[in-house]
Amino acid sequence: MEPLTEHSGTALVLRRGDVDTDQIIPAEFCKRLTKSGYEDTLFHAWMQDPEFVFNDPARRQASVLVAGHNFGTGSSREHAVWALRDWGIRVVIGTSFGDIFFRNAWKNGVLAVQLPESVVDTLASKVDADPSFVVTVDVEACEVRASGLTHGFQIDKRPRWLLLNGLDDIAVTLGRDELITGFEAGRKPWLPRVGAA
Amino acid sequence: MRTLIEKVWTDHVVLAAEGEPDLLYIDLHLVHEASSPQAFDGLRLAGRQARRPELTLAVEDHNVPTNTLVITDPMGSKQVQALRTNCAEQGIELFQLGDDRQGIVHVVGPERGYVQPGMTVICGDSHTSTHGAFGALAFGVGTSDVEHVLATQTLALVRPKTMAVEFTGEVPAGVTPKDLILALIAQIGANGANGHIIEYRGQAIEQLSMEGRMTMCNMSIEAGARAGMIAPDETTFAYLKDRPNAPQGSLWDQALEYWRSLATDPGATFDRTVTVDVSTLTPYVTWGTNPGQAVPLSSVVPDPSTFDGTERAAAERALAYMALEPGTRMRDLPMDMVFIGSCTNGRIEDLRAAADVLRGRKVAEGVTMLVVPGSMQVRQAAEIEGLNEIFEAAGAQWRLSGCSMCMGMNADRVQGPQRIASTSNRNYEGRQGAQARTHLVSPAVAAATAVTGRLSTPADLEH
Repeated sequence: MEPLTEHSGTALVLRRGDVDTDQIIPAEFCKRLTKSGYEDTLFHAWMQDPEFVFNDPARRQASVLVAGHNFGTGSSREHAVWALRDWGIRVVIGTSFGDIFFRNAWKNGVLAVQLPESVVDTLASKVDADPSFVVTVDVEACEVRASGLTHGFQIDKRPRWLLLNGLDDIAVTLGRDELITGFEAGRKPWLPRVGAA
Repeated sequence: MRTLIEKVWTDHVVLAAEGEPDLLYIDLHLVHEASSPQAFDGLRLAGRQARRPELTLAVEDHNVPTNTLVITDPMGSKQVQALRTNCAEQGIELFQLGDDRQGIVHVVGPERGYVQPGMTVICGDSHTSTHGAFGALAFGVGTSDVEHVLATQTLALVRPKTMAVEFTGEVPAGVTPKDLILALIAQIGANGANGHIIEYRGQAIEQLSMEGRMTMCNMSIEAGARAGMIAPDETTFAYLKDRPNAPQGSLWDQALEYWRSLATDPGATFDRTVTVDVSTLTPYVTWGTNPGQAVPLSSVVPDPSTFDGTERAAAERALAYMALEPGTRMRDLPMDMVFIGSCTNGRIEDLRAAADVLRGRKVAEGVTMLVVPGSMQVRQAAEIEGLNEIFEAAGAQWRLSGCSMCMGMNADRVQGPQRIASTSNRNYEGRQGAQARTHLVSPAVAAATAVTGRLSTPADLEH
C-alpha cells in the first residue's frame, strides 16, 4: 500500500449518524471484479439529490470527510472504502465507526480517525463555513490539526507502522511463517477439513 | 477465570507480542463470489497460493437467482464464473449453483458440520457472526482480510472488548429469537456493541434451538458487535452429532471434552454487561432505516420529537424515506410484499414457523410472498415435510436457495417504493431495492402479515 504519513486537504461534512455501507455503495455495484474505478458509485442514491454535499462543486477537491457516529456500519463490503478513495477521500473523521469499515479503511491507505463529539462538531462547523478550510492528519504525531484546533487521536501500532511505511500486511505476516507452521502442528485433531466428508 | 470469548481467542493466538495485535489462526474460511474476486487477484499478482485450501469452503449465494439455475445477469454471471475459476486454480471446494449442498454460506457451513465449538471462522461477509451460535469465534472481514487469510490462514487483530448480554425472565409465548435480537438492538442501538464481542447468556438463550441461536448471533453485527457467541451445550452437541464433517468415534469424545470446557467460568468478568428483561416482550418490528429503529408490533410509529439530537434528525429522515407518519399504528401498515429467507431466518425451523401460520390460509390479495430456503438442503427437508405445499397452496412463491431479496444483488428485488415485511437483517435505505420500504420481522409475523396484508402477529389471526 501507499505510505500515509501526513495528509492535508480541504473537507466536506456529512453529519448523518449510522451511514451504512449500503449507502456508501449499493450492492449492485459490488458485482465488479476490480479494486478501483468506483468513483461513480459513491453514495449512488444520495447523489441523485443535487443538494447532497458530495454534489457541491466547491467541495469536489475535498479529501477529508467529517462524518457522524457509526460511519460505515453494516456490510463488510470493502467496495465502500474503494468508492470513497476513488472519489478522492483519504481521511474520514467521525465520532465512531463500524468495526469492519474501520479496518478496511486503513488496509487501503484511507484513515478513519475517531475524535470526541465536541471536536468533530467544531471541525464540522469550520469546514461547513469555508470550503477552503484545510484539515491535516498527521499519522506520525497521531494528531489532527486545523486552524485553531489540534487534537490527538488513537491508532493501533500495527496499522500506524504499516501506513507510515507503506508495507504489505500479508508480506509482514508471511515473515512469521515458521510460527504459523508451528501452531498448525498443535491444532486439535478433530478440526474439520473441507472436502473430507 | 475466563470468558468463552477469551478461551477461544487464546487458543488461536499464534503470536502475542507487546504493543502488537495478536496473530490469530483461522480454522475455517468461508468464501462467496461477491467479496473474493479481488482477493484472489491479489494472490495471483503477488505470486502467492492459498495456504490451506482444505480449511476453505466456497459457496455461490449472493448473485444467484432463485427461480432458475441460469444466471442471466452478465455481471453476476462473470462474478460467479470468477469464483469457479479461482477455486479451481487454488484447489478450494465450491458448492455451485445446482449442487444439492448449495445455499447461503452461513446456512451451509453449519448444516454441513463445518462449524464447531471453539473454532475461529471468518468470511468476507458481515453476517459471519451467525456461527457464534456454536461457541465459535466468527466474524466478517473485508476483501483485504480475505486475501490475508487465503495467504496466511491468520489475521492480526487486537482483541475486542467483551460484552455480556444477559436475557432475564421467561420468554412469553409468541416471542421468537428474532424478536429477542430486535429488542436488544432497539435497546442499545445500532452501534451499541461497537468494538465488542457479545456473549448471549441466560435461560432464554439456553432454551433456544441452534436455529434460534443462529438468528440471534447473525444480527450481532446489527448491534455493531464484532461477533456474538453462545456457550456450547447439549443442544449444540446434539445438533452436531453425526453431521457430515463432525468428529466421529474417539475424536468425538475428545472434542466433546474440550467443547464442555469452553463455557464462561463462574465469576469471570466482562468489560460490559447489558441486561434485557424478556418477560414483557412482544413481537418486534422495525419502523425506520436502521435495525435499532424498532418497536413492539402492538405499538405506533414513534414521534421524532421524542428523540434527542442526532437521533431526532435520523428519525425524521427515516420517516420521510419510509413514508410514515408518527402515531400510526404499526398494525395498520399495509404490505405489498413478504419475504421469508436470508441467513437470518432461512432455516428449517423458520420455514416451519411460517408454514404453521399459513396452513389452510391464503396470502392476501395484492401481496407478493417469496419463501426462499437458506440452502438446498433446507429446501429438501421442507419438501419432505410438505411445507412447500402449504406455501404454494397459500399463494406464496417457493424458490431455490440464495441470498435473494435480502440485499439487492440478484434478480429478487423490491420494485419501486413498495412496503415489505422481511425476515432478513437490514432495513437500510435501498437495501432490498431502490426505494424499498423494509420492515424487519420474524418468520411467524411475516407469515401472519402475508395473510392479512397488514403487519400482524399469528395471534391476530385467531381473533
